[in-house]
Amino acid sequence: MSTTEIAAAPGALPSPAPIPSSARRRVVQIPRSPKILIGLGILVFFVLLAVIGPWVAPYDPTIAGPDLLQGPSAAHLLGTTQSGQDVLSELLVGARSTVFIGFLAGIIATALSIIVGVCAGYFGGLADDLLSMLTNVFLVIPGLPLLIVLAAYLPNNTSSNPVVLALIISITGWAWGGRVLRAQTLSMRRRDYVESARVIGEKRMRIIGAEILPNLTAIVASSFVFTVLYAIGTYVALAFLGVVQPLHWSWGGMLFWAESQNAAQVNAWWWFLPPGICIALLGTSLALLNFGIDEFINPRLRAAGLSRKAARAAGLPRRPKFGMTPVVRRRGLRPVAATIDGGAR
Amino acid sequence: MIHLLRRLGFYVLTAWAAITVNFFIPHLMPGDPVQNLIARQQGKTSPQAVEALRVQLGLVGNQSLWSEYFDYWGKLFHGNLGTSFSFFPATVSSVLSAALPWTLVLVGVSTIVSFIVGTIIGIVVAWRRGSWLDGIMPVATFFQAVPYFFFALLVLIVLGSDLGWFPISGGSDQGLDIGLNGAFIGSALYHGFLPMITIVISSIAGWILGMRNMMVTTMDEDYVLVAQAKGLPNRRVIGYAARNAILPNVSSFSLSLSFVVSGALLTEIVFSYPGIGFQLLGAVQAEDFPLLQGIFLVITFAVLAANLLADVVYAVLDPRTRQEG
Repeated sequence: MSTTEIAAAPGALPSPAPIPSSARRRVVQIPRSPKILIGLGILVFFVLLAVIGPWVAPYDPTIAGPDLLQGPSAAHLLGTTQSGQDVLSELLVGARSTVFIGFLAGIIATALSIIVGVCAGYFGGLADDLLSMLTNVFLVIPGLPLLIVLAAYLPNNTSSNPVVLALIISITGWAWGGRVLRAQTLSMRRRDYVESARVIGEKRMRIIGAEILPNLTAIVASSFVFTVLYAIGTYVALAFLGVVQPLHWSWGGMLFWAESQNAAQVNAWWWFLPPGICIALLGTSLALLNFGIDEFINPRLRAAGLSRKAARAAGLPRRPKFGMTPVVRRRGLRPVAATIDGGAR
Repeated sequence: MIHLLRRLGFYVLTAWAAITVNFFIPHLMPGDPVQNLIARQQGKTSPQAVEALRVQLGLVGNQSLWSEYFDYWGKLFHGNLGTSFSFFPATVSSVLSAALPWTLVLVGVSTIVSFIVGTIIGIVVAWRRGSWLDGIMPVATFFQAVPYFFFALLVLIVLGSDLGWFPISGGSDQGLDIGLNGAFIGSALYHGFLPMITIVISSIAGWILGMRNMMVTTMDEDYVLVAQAKGLPNRRVIGYAARNAILPNVSSFSLSLSFVVSGALLTEIVFSYPGIGFQLLGAVQAEDFPLLQGIFLVITFAVLAANLLADVVYAVLDPRTRQEG
């Protein structure tokens, strides 16, 4: 759950900046809010870890060493497991599949949500009714139990294939983004610049691709980040349950082994803390990014998050309780000339 | 009324979709599910179980897919979800009906607590934006990103094993009559406390953030300004703003519920709590397909029912939905 969920709620849609040219510039520009910077920093660190992890791992994680259940030492920086495997190596090797599946599922699900959401919002009518219904059905059906049933029936050799896993995770992960994108497209369909493109006789695909999609960038980014967060959480949960082949190293798989071999009961904290903390940090970085993008879309959240000092620096006289939450112009942040129409849409 | 009927229609449709998906998954997977099962278990599958699975999946005889599909519906209306492998010869329905009350109470109570407390915190944080209370936001973000079951593990170790304040497994003390008697309820509360706290803390961040952001937007509305200009006490002004800001939070209830339920299932596993989640783990480990599919259906129905309830609450709170009809 995130704050962008608010955007999904009726009546809370921030109006997009109606100037396509500035929108195009925004694509390149990374807003310099601390949330986005910290989030991006941690994320880049983990992506790097995922790329180089398996190469820099000091041991082969599958090989059982002579030291059983040792605490952290010089030889094993994060200690060893019940069967003598090096925890640090497991962590490094496991980073790849966790990050890879998260991102791949995020990409597939975001593509699906753009197709369904934008088409539903733009075409309207029967297509909209059917696609919205499909979206809502997928939103309500609980994802994890459905995935478990799906994964359980997969043939043995495919159930640990990362691409297959990412595919089935994205089946349950696209609907949320689809709903937000549909609502946003709906509000854009009747804008003047879209209407004029239609009057000129532009093709539908060009209107969607060149006029509407660029203005959805921020929302697509926010929904992508959220979906990656969802996908990682889901993959970890599936691996923790043992639905995914646990020999296929991942952070969730590490927790599966830690749980099934009673790491908690023998107080082997070095075994289950590192993967859990890594998952939490990766998740936090994605959530921070998401909030950063939200504040970018809805500038009032941005001003509301300023500290007293920052507010003074921005030239706001006093913290207002009511009336207006000012739209703050900050270096690197283009103020979005938006009024939030809180009334019913 | 029309609004609620339309929602009801939608839930019926969703239930149909869930049931249909549930029926077709085993039939459309590559390969023969029965052969897959035998291959996985490397000969440990008893011939009875294989036969039971074939009957279950309608793989005996040469029926068409459609007639099997209607048979499946017929069985479903009789409450027949098949026979569990791992609890053979118990039926899936009996296994689930023993586990369901535990989960319903645990998830129900913790979701309501989390919603109410989270919404109140969200109101306060939005009201005092700019003060130290904004520090709650990053903390909430972190807790939101921690997987439920990992947080559950930490709680279990610190409060359960190390400090020994709470029991580390089960739903109540052994040997108590399950029912509405004081000893059982007290014991169940004691056992359920840690799982509940875990679910509340893991899910509360969503409500705080949602409510806070909605409040920030609502407090800019003219009617709030007027209310304050009239000199109404702050408490009433906040009341006006909060009443309007809470609607999206109620409507996002349905979206988050399936997340909370998934998290709660994993929490149950960590605490060995005798609910659906614990059965789910057993079913995964034993490759008990009928039980797995039954669990999926039961959870879906429970989520749909909770959604319908949220819609009723929404209709009560928001007069606009009532006027439509």
